Amino acid sequence: MSTRIDFTLAEESRTQRSNSPVAILSSGWNFLRRWPVIPVVILVTLLLMSIFASVLAPEDPNKQQIFASLAHPAWDDDYYASTSGKFAEEKFGGRYILGADEFGRDVLSRFIYGARVSLMVALVAMVSGMILGAWVGITAGYYGGLIDELLSRFVDIWNALPFLLVALVVSITIGQGLLIMMALLVMLTWVGLVRNIRAEVLTLKTRDYIAAARIAGASDLHIMFRHLFPGILNLLMVLASLRVGGLILTESALSFLGVGIPSRIPSWGSMISDGRIWLDQAWWISFFPGLGILLTVMSFNFLGDWIRDKTDPRLRQSK
Amino acid sequence: MVRKFLLLRLVFAILSLIGATTVVFGLSHAKEDPINLFINADGYFIAPETLEALREKWGLDKPLVIQYTTWLGNVIRGDLGRSVASQRPITTIMKERWGATVQLAVAAWIFGTFIGIPLGVLSALKRGTSWDYVARFVALFGQSLPAFWIALVGIWIFGVWLEWLPVFGRGDTEPLTERWKYFVMPTIVLGWAPLAGYLRITRSSMLEVMDSEYVKLARAKGASSSKVIWKHAFRNALIQPITVSTLLLAGFLDGAVLVESVFAWPGVGRVSVEAVNSNDFTVLMGTVFIFTALYVVMSFITDILYTVIDPRIRLGTEVD
Repeated sequence: MSTRIDFTLAEESRTQRSNSPVAILSSGWNFLRRWPVIPVVILVTLLLMSIFASVLAPEDPNKQQIFASLAHPAWDDDYYASTSGKFAEEKFGGRYILGADEFGRDVLSRFIYGARVSLMVALVAMVSGMILGAWVGITAGYYGGLIDELLSRFVDIWNALPFLLVALVVSITIGQGLLIMMALLVMLTWVGLVRNIRAEVLTLKTRDYIAAARIAGASDLHIMFRHLFPGILNLLMVLASLRVGGLILTESALSFLGVGIPSRIPSWGSMISDGRIWLDQAWWISFFPGLGILLTVMSFNFLGDWIRDKTDPRLRQSK
Repeated sequence: MVRKFLLLRLVFAILSLIGATTVVFGLSHAKEDPINLFINADGYFIAPETLEALREKWGLDKPLVIQYTTWLGNVIRGDLGRSVASQRPITTIMKERWGATVQLAVAAWIFGTFIGIPLGVLSALKRGTSWDYVARFVALFGQSLPAFWIALVGIWIFGVWLEWLPVFGRGDTEPLTERWKYFVMPTIVLGWAPLAGYLRITRSSMLEVMDSEYVKLARAKGASSSKVIWKHAFRNALIQPITVSTLLLAGFLDGAVLVESVFAWPGVGRVSVEAVNSNDFTVLMGTVFIFTALYVVMSFITDILYTVIDPRIRLGTEVD
């Protein structure tokens, strides 16, 4: 009875309110709060941008044009008026949309290719780290006992490693490269997942369906892959979406220090580092890649929070 | 029980140190000839006989296990070896740079804790108000902004444009009244991420506690509002931030490397980046050892704090 009254009341107030512009605005705001529209739009844009980088980028990201050194962004009319005809053969009315760096490389093109590198490295590392972390976590949780103890202590010790410094060591002992970068990030990712997955498996394995599977004669491997893995998939997705942002930050930090992705491949971190010494004359070199990192990481964090709230109420932070 | 727990943690701390140095030692031999890491050839030709002699002198011809135990033995006696680039003892270099890192870290920790935790409490108590939104905004940016980029934007705005703050160094030659200016930007940049972490965690655990039965009971008994908040709720809400301090600490150490590098802060973190640039493997190894030791000691302290604050805590259960 009471629910029906509530329902009609809600219905009534909705029809009453929906006419005023304030109501439209506030329902729009509610929609934005309920669905992660903005983060998804940003991430999809970045993803498309990085897939079609070769089509979208106005220039080759590594093409150096000394005459365009530190060219200003396109909206700086005074600058382009004073250098009339200098960039005549370039696209977009002879202007660099986001300016150019000291070697005259187009910042926009480098930004677009940098998005590709950042997203690719982070996503590949995340997926590989998830597989490794899930495997170790399930093994530790399922077998328990000595195996669990050994694996858990190993994870603890691994956590005590100063990651950034180990990455520095790797850069001078092994070298730099995309694959090395991904491997480093995998090393960082998997340990962070093991604890949560192990804890989840510990509760899952006491369920009746696992016992039933065991009675039916299922092998350990079968139980782990067919029965436990689907059970932790949800948790895995939530954790992954919450931590991708951190990976992007780490990758950019390493590239910024010059020990991440080699400098011939444009990446956001190394772009920020390139622009460091030009801060007083050419802020745009460092500014835009930083903005890119900010937007990407923030979008992933929002999306992660949202997925967590939707799928797993136990992990929810009180709102 | 507590003593056993702490003893276990001590054993674990030592194991962590051994683990970390083993990993780094293993890495030094990942490439075909580790001698290249220990000499700074700079394009000069070195006779094979000389190389052989050096290899023997530094024990690089011995099995890896022997090399490692020799190194560890030296470390226990307080000898971290000599820098490849400058040939100075690494312990001397560390002693010179150590203070600057600790000063910065303490400043940033104070900044992060004493703003993050109160702001978290405020945000929870005034949920849904503009206070709450401001606090969450600060937290969101702290977690999404790359520290080195905040540093650069800060340098650009406050150093280059407004010329309010110095942009690099610790101002060692300046008079004391001017020196604090050198601390402002590095402290804020380094402290922002832990601030965000503390804020989020304090907020959520405070909300949880305020909703609990014992707080309701305290209210029902007629305890004053401030007494309920500070005595009943806050003290219980503090447990979670302390639990995650170790996790935040790891990020803190990584942050120190970046921040010191951007602001040319004369600390250990900067030493490590300089060591990479000059291919100084032994110094890098020393910094890894120092940073791991720092992490392990700090997490040991956290564990002790943790048992002091909450005797209920069941040892061995993990809190995420």
